[in-house]
Amino acid sequence: MYQMAFTFRRPRLSKQQRRALIVGLLFISPAIIGFFVFNIGPIVQSLQYSFTRYNILQPPRWVGLNNYKFLIESDRVFRIGISNTLYMVLIGLPIHLVFNMLMALLLNTRIKGLSLYRSIFYIPSITPVVASTIVWLWIFNGQFGILNEFLKFVGLPPIGWLTDPKWVKPSLIFMGAWFGGNTILIYLASLQDVPYDLLESAELDGANAIQKTFRITLPMISPVIFYTIIVNVIGYFQYFTEAWVMTATRDGSAGGVANSAMFYSMYLYQTAFQQFKMGYASAQAWILFMIVLIATVFLFKTAGWVYYHAED
Amino acid sequence: MTASIHWRENRIVQDRIKKAIAYTIVIIMAVAYIFPLYWLIVTALKTDVEIFQQPPPIFPPNPQWQNFGESTTYIPFWRYMWNTIVISGLTVLGTVLSCTFIAYGFARIRWPGRNIIFLIYLSTIMLPSQVTLIPLYLIFRDLGWVGTFLPLVVPHFFGNALYVFLLRQFLLTIPLELSDAAKIDGASELGILWYIMIPLMRPALAVVALFTFVQTYRDFLGPLIYLQNQQDWTISLGLKLFQNMYGAQWQLMMAASTLAMLPTIVLFFFTQKTFTRGIALTGLKG
Repeated sequence: MYQMAFTFRRPRLSKQQRRALIVGLLFISPAIIGFFVFNIGPIVQSLQYSFTRYNILQPPRWVGLNNYKFLIESDRVFRIGISNTLYMVLIGLPIHLVFNMLMALLLNTRIKGLSLYRSIFYIPSITPVVASTIVWLWIFNGQFGILNEFLKFVGLPPIGWLTDPKWVKPSLIFMGAWFGGNTILIYLASLQDVPYDLLESAELDGANAIQKTFRITLPMISPVIFYTIIVNVIGYFQYFTEAWVMTATRDGSAGGVANSAMFYSMYLYQTAFQQFKMGYASAQAWILFMIVLIATVFLFKTAGWVYYHAED
Repeated sequence: MTASIHWRENRIVQDRIKKAIAYTIVIIMAVAYIFPLYWLIVTALKTDVEIFQQPPPIFPPNPQWQNFGESTTYIPFWRYMWNTIVISGLTVLGTVLSCTFIAYGFARIRWPGRNIIFLIYLSTIMLPSQVTLIPLYLIFRDLGWVGTFLPLVVPHFFGNALYVFLLRQFLLTIPLELSDAAKIDGASELGILWYIMIPLMRPALAVVALFTFVQTYRDFLGPLIYLQNQQDWTISLGLKLFQNMYGAQWQLMMAASTLAMLPTIVLFFFTQKTFTRGIALTGLKG
């Protein structure tokens, strides 16, 4: 900040500095253009659209806060979309991250064949989402799916994994664990960086495995945990493809029985690109933007538990 | 004395038990992770009768290998594959090219204000894409680009903050004296980038290229919005065609899904080291 103020007060840069400035800006010019054309411009525009009624065919018509008012006061599907999405963020995401961490801790016990296991856990996270979701569609199939076959085998009644509104979100979370291999590997990579002598000296002091994990290992990798929380919170608020493919019907709609799998982004997509209510969808987009912004700020404000140790 | 020996023996036994538990869980989880892929391939090899058999055969008695061939004609598989490769390839090209320049501009040229501008630029990572989705769609529509590959490809020629960050981190580790020496010898910034930095950056660029490719190859929402003619679809959109047809041919759908997964899996096995390095790098950001 100081440097900025300084340059503004004394705009006279040396000849060399001015040259560096010009060359530097030239090099980053794609980023500057991209920043304004693909980020700032559209953000402002979508705010403008959010105050209009706009169906593409006729020019946008100003309606003030009506879109927001209607969304918050009367749109039932929108409300379901929010609560379903919060379900994913508040229940699905913590389950996934804890599970991924447990897997990483397990893989970090210096077991043999690590690179094989690493590949096995990682591959589902790089295969095309649609292709893998199709397998799960078949696994979850109520009539012929292997999961219900298994339940029958152990003498339990079948479950409507994707058709029962009670079960569809847990099913998506279950499947989502399978896609999370890259987080396991991110955790594993950071676990391997935890200095061994630190753990050893704790052990000499009589610390047991659980104490070592909670007092040393996890604090040491807390910046990475924090990073994965931020990235995934933002990602889970945009949850779309898996649920869309899982619940898509022939007429092009999706969202499951009684909108039990209608997530925020799916409703936004439907509003914008199937019903062509661009103004109304823009208001949804801006509400999402605000929610994500508040969530991110909240996470940064409560980041006191993140431990930054000095680089060696 | 005996107590201490006892203690040590206990300790060894304990460690063994712990190891055994760890192995058991890891192996069970590994099998669980492989199972969906196994089930995918097995289902792809079944006949349309075996598909609906109860209980389902764990392995089909007569594997129907021709299902794979059939699935590529049931939908225009190769056409969709080609579209996907073209889009992914151009996206990789755009991302690598633009991010190299941008990262160099932030990391290797000492201009006033570069760090603040970089932080502002970096904040775009946290922007949910839905916020810009609609205006961008309308802009591309006005340009007449909707229904072409351009909306999916062109934005990538203007940088990606995450990969710029990665490359910048990498470039910062190279001593500045190297550039200064080259400058004294009369090299321009472009010359330094081309002859000195790019050869050094190769491992980092490989990570960016690989991650970008996989990400684009997997993408669904982008193509769903912008590719309206069926012959322009990517493989992810194409797979959904099976769902839209009456009397879903599950075995063919599975066969096509298997084939659609193959490129990324093969790529992974050939570039495992790059993937592993990339994952460590993404974690490093924290």
